[in-house]
Amino acid sequence: MVDRRHFIKKVAGGLAALGSWFLLPRSGLAADPVAADTEVATIMDMLPGKKALIKKSYRPPNYETPVNYFDAPFTPNDVFFVRYHNSVIPEVKAEDWRLRVGGEGVSTPMELTLEQLRRDFKPAEIAALCLCSGNRRGLFQPHVPGVQWGSGAIGNALWRGVRLKDVLAGAGIYKSSVEVSLDGADSGMHKSSPDFIKSLPVAKALDENTLIAFEMNGEPLPHWNGFPARLIIPGWTATYWMKHLTEVNVLSKPFDGFWMKTAYRIPRDRFASGQFSSQETLTNMPITEMVVNSLITNLIDGQTVPAFKPLEIKGVAWDGGIGIVQVEISTDDGISWHLATLKQDYGRFSWRQWHYEFEPKRTREFRIMARATSHSGASQPLEPIPNPSGYHHNAVQKIAIQAA
Amino acid sequence: MRTLFLLLSVFATATAAGENQIVLKDGQGKNLVISQCAMCHSLDYITMHAKILDRAGWEKTVGKMINVMGAPIGDADKKVIIDYLARNYRK
Repeated sequence: MVDRRHFIKKVAGGLAALGSWFLLPRSGLAADPVAADTEVATIMDMLPGKKALIKKSYRPPNYETPVNYFDAPFTPNDVFFVRYHNSVIPEVKAEDWRLRVGGEGVSTPMELTLEQLRRDFKPAEIAALCLCSGNRRGLFQPHVPGVQWGSGAIGNALWRGVRLKDVLAGAGIYKSSVEVSLDGADSGMHKSSPDFIKSLPVAKALDENTLIAFEMNGEPLPHWNGFPARLIIPGWTATYWMKHLTEVNVLSKPFDGFWMKTAYRIPRDRFASGQFSSQETLTNMPITEMVVNSLITNLIDGQTVPAFKPLEIKGVAWDGGIGIVQVEISTDDGISWHLATLKQDYGRFSWRQWHYEFEPKRTREFRIMARATSHSGASQPLEPIPNPSGYHHNAVQKIAIQAA
Repeated sequence: MRTLFLLLSVFATATAAGENQIVLKDGQGKNLVISQCAMCHSLDYITMHAKILDRAGWEKTVGKMINVMGAPIGDADKKVIIDYLARNYRK
């Protein structure tokens, strides 16, 4: 059990003076639409090694990144969002860490040290977006239970490690195998709590882009993002990106633990995303690929901007790995749309930054919207697609700004 | 008493600093809610759902904590907890 008591510091200055249970003034609430709507105070808090992030829950720690940090192509490690299901999160030491590879689907179970992983396998690197399945859950109407995330449970990073398929090849996978399960070092407070274990179809585990990463943006993974090693499943939501990875098991039948069978499920045929046939029922299926989406990163609802001066609207766009073909901006509440300029392409699993120059030529309110389209032709809906757990919120954002 | 002391010491090591400042509304069952719910998670999970869950929603959620997440809470305590949450944190 980790005692973080003496590590946690409150945000300096005014926030600290007010204690952590302060309420932002009414005018400030617009920056956090979830807080405004659920009447929960916005609390900024620092985990050890992190800058102040938006605290959703202390224990287990769930912290989201303020969207203004997304103006950079890669999200710095010390502001990268944190999401846990369980409260017991051991601080794993690199020298003590072992990765066990086994299950009935392999001929030669193995145990690897971090050193062996680095030394014995070919390095691989990929830019990939890490997105919590429930990002923007707090914006669903009506509300659905779960962590009430705003738009900041997302981050883009350059991940470096080794390919899971290379590691599995060493253990010898039987052809009849169905899934590969993933377990990390964290656990619940009680023995009876279901361990957070996820599984992947074998084909996804063997995909050349699926990595066991030990570096993030050129540095070791931060503790809160999975030190010393985590899974990277580019294109798929972060629920599969197991942190503090300790065990990989190749299975001959579908994994039936709570976190696969019951949690992280979406109604079938409601979203255009990938299949997971061994886990599908008649009515629902596991969440898999991210849907096409975009985010305006430098404007907040209710903001005042100077009229008759150029305003650069900035943001990011992404999908589940097909790639973004265009982002359109509307400054008149969706009546007309104009192409934004896409910035550097870091690969189909990275988000894509974009910008658009706009000059408000009147002193009045302007309604700004952004809509991304992927190479598949898929685009964002105007309203989020309802589903019981509030996943895949990819509705076009509507931000009202005041030109004065 | 000894059990209580043991529980409190576990609780003390498990909590994050900021969460000690979370204040729940006064009402019957509050202390039980704090001692049982905060064993596994900070109490902001309760305040976060204040505008979201109705009584049926709290019944479902507390039931999930016991039956799925393995919280060792008996039927009598379960009722007190649900009553407190439905009375003080209902949408």
